[in-house]
Amino acid sequence: MPVTVKTFTTPMEAAAALSSDRAARYIGGGTLLMRALNEGDVSIGTIVRLDDRSLAQVRASGGRITIGAGVTLSQILRDRELAFLHPAARLIGGPAVRTTGTVGGNLFAPAPYGDLSVALLALDATVSVMSGYGARDVALEEFLASRDRSPGALVLSVTCDRPSSPEAFRFRKVARIKPKGVSVLSIAASLPGVGGRVSNPRIAYGAMAPIAIRAKAAERALEGKTLDESGVAAAVAVAAEGTAPATDAIASAWYRREVVGVHLRRLLLGQAG
Amino acid sequence: MAKTPLQFRHNGRDVAIFVDGGMSLLSALRDEVGDHSPKFGCGQGGCGACTVLVDGEPVVSCVTLAETIAGKSIETADGLKTGPELHPLQTAFMDNFAAQCGYCTPGMLMAAKALLEHNPDPSRVEVVEAISGNICRCTGYESIINAVLAAAARRTERRA
Repeated sequence: MPVTVKTFTTPMEAAAALSSDRAARYIGGGTLLMRALNEGDVSIGTIVRLDDRSLAQVRASGGRITIGAGVTLSQILRDRELAFLHPAARLIGGPAVRTTGTVGGNLFAPAPYGDLSVALLALDATVSVMSGYGARDVALEEFLASRDRSPGALVLSVTCDRPSSPEAFRFRKVARIKPKGVSVLSIAASLPGVGGRVSNPRIAYGAMAPIAIRAKAAERALEGKTLDESGVAAAVAVAAEGTAPATDAIASAWYRREVVGVHLRRLLLGQAG
Repeated sequence: MAKTPLQFRHNGRDVAIFVDGGMSLLSALRDEVGDHSPKFGCGQGGCGACTVLVDGEPVVSCVTLAETIAGKSIETADGLKTGPELHPLQTAFMDNFAAQCGYCTPGMLMAAKALLEHNPDPSRVEVVEAISGNICRCTGYESIINAVLAAAARRTERRA
């Protein structure tokens, strides 16, 4: 079914087009939107494109880094400053999908997809969103919870922590197909340490709920502990608390709940998957 | 319904076509340009049968909006041979039995070509990663991996 394609050069114009037309949808790389079109989604009447290089920029500032929504997954993999996101980006989609797939787009990928947003959630990310009133920052958690109810919002960039060391941020994607496959589940863990004990941990799960979520019970149980067998035991015991995984073509809800603790334990102990 | 003009390079030739709004690059190549080498497999970007190169980088053309490649250089499996001479990858695929039904083959070839252009001497792990977006139901992948490594080895030999 033919749709109208409208290309703009400023985010403001693109956001205005999105909010004024219920059938308008934004296209990043196209891996989500074109799939929907191919599958006959008749709710798409207009495709809004934004031709603006500023959305493909990466800016570091102190302990945080801002990644434009138009940055592609392959661009992430070429950027040393974003090395902490490589473990997540490398396992998404395959080389061809990564050429066009964007950071902004991954925020909208439905479970069991969306592994990059899992990593960003553990890195205390905020999202810069443009609406009719201008740009504002929203915590990623809040953004994900309301993304279906605000289709007119245009994501400009994501800002997240830069981990202090490779050990302080860990990511694991569990998939049946190697080297890459759709997630059974994914886990991201930000584990800052003070005196050998974890301080203010953030653990995020993918494919354990309709959106990426924080594993808050596990985080509370890990606070102040050491990353050894006895230290992580309490967190592992409550690994599945607060999760609501789906049963889909990849895995059953039961299986996901059964193994999330196993993989969390391996991640926290630094063991191979 | 208005049609959008689209000009780009297709396997070294300048082409100009008209596309409908929302048309995928795969449809544009097959239906408007007449290049049937990229295949429709899933329509989701998951199987890789539609893989083509855009300015040397692999894309899944079924989920690429045709309009976005205006002015760019597109390469498909149809353009691999030079006159009657097969591309080393094509020869290697034949020699190593890397095609059975052949449906994944154009996508595999383009993914492999992108790899060898960036990395002329890949390891086996790198070959596996390069074709990780391409599904094959027939061969079990080993023959394809061997073919890519063989093509790389031949090119390295010839340059030495």
